[in-house]
Amino acid sequence: MVKLTQRLGGLVLRFAAFCAALGAFIAMITSRERSSFFVLSLVAKYSDLAAFKYFVIANAIVTVYSFLVLFLPKESLLWKFVVVLDLMVTMLLTSSLSAAVAVAQVGKRGNANAGWLPICGQVPRFCDQITGALIAGLVALVLYVFLLIFSIHYVVDPFLLRKS
Amino acid sequence: MAGEKILLGCGTTKIWILLLGLRIFAFMATLAAAIVMALNKETKTLVVATIGTTPIKASLTAKFQDTPAFVFFVIANVMVSFHNLLMIALQIFSRKLESKGLHLLSVAILDMLNATLVSAAANGAVFMAELGKNGNKHAKWNKVCDRFSIYCDHGRGALIAAFAGVILMILISAVSISRILTNSNKFSTAAASSP
Repeated sequence: MVKLTQRLGGLVLRFAAFCAALGAFIAMITSRERSSFFVLSLVAKYSDLAAFKYFVIANAIVTVYSFLVLFLPKESLLWKFVVVLDLMVTMLLTSSLSAAVAVAQVGKRGNANAGWLPICGQVPRFCDQITGALIAGLVALVLYVFLLIFSIHYVVDPFLLRKS
Repeated sequence: MAGEKILLGCGTTKIWILLLGLRIFAFMATLAAAIVMALNKETKTLVVATIGTTPIKASLTAKFQDTPAFVFFVIANVMVSFHNLLMIALQIFSRKLESKGLHLLSVAILDMLNATLVSAAANGAVFMAELGKNGNKHAKWNKVCDRFSIYCDHGRGALIAAFAGVILMILISAVSISRILTNSNKFSTAAASSP
């Protein structure tokens, strides 16, 4: 009975993380805005900045990985790999989120000492969508930290609750 | 008799020495990254405008506090090096207590969380550094590195040290998890052998 609720909890967490990563991916990909500035027209899209491209790729990898692990059978030998891969994926998520937030912060506030002007004043809807994608990425990250601890508990059994 | 063997096994095996060596290297790498980035500062007097024949000079300073990503880099590297120092002390001074309760599990979980922390810090800083080195045409942000080359060089060194720390933290997490596995194996065989 305890094992069933444990496994169900793990599945729910992973499905939620899958949805969050998918949401971040879609929100970032569909962000595109055209702003006209007298005769110049500026098109802001996510691929202008390298950090956003990395964020999109990382969240795509996480989405595919979560979807595949959802269907892993209970007693498979691959669960030991899942612990290692969960750590890798969590590191991927933190690094992509950190990079995207750092660059988005410069886009919103600018950097006075370097002479970089903020771009959010000209493309506000683009900025809002990027913010939404970053929040979804943060939710995916928090869920994956819980999943990491859960995977260790499921595989390694440090309290020796299972009789061999 | 079997209990004594387990206690000795936790303290003096090759894995213990390997883990201690890895932690010392990770401590040095993250501390070096934090110190080099924290002391990163360059001041230059540049000609800003020219009125008639007299050039107007302004002195511009590039320091790490301007960029929040670098501030996070310094703080996170200090935290991870402190964690490694704590784990080194724990490993040397509590050899006998290692097989008790939650010790090994909490060490492994903390190692994994700190690995993610240092990877986040290093990655955020490296993307900001790329922006400073290459600029961005679409957002009209100009390069910084062609004028402040010493600042960029020091930053590059700190980033290399931080990425070495990331790789070392991944290895440390792997070794910590394998220690839990061997420990639980030893317990289950000891429990099975003793009637």
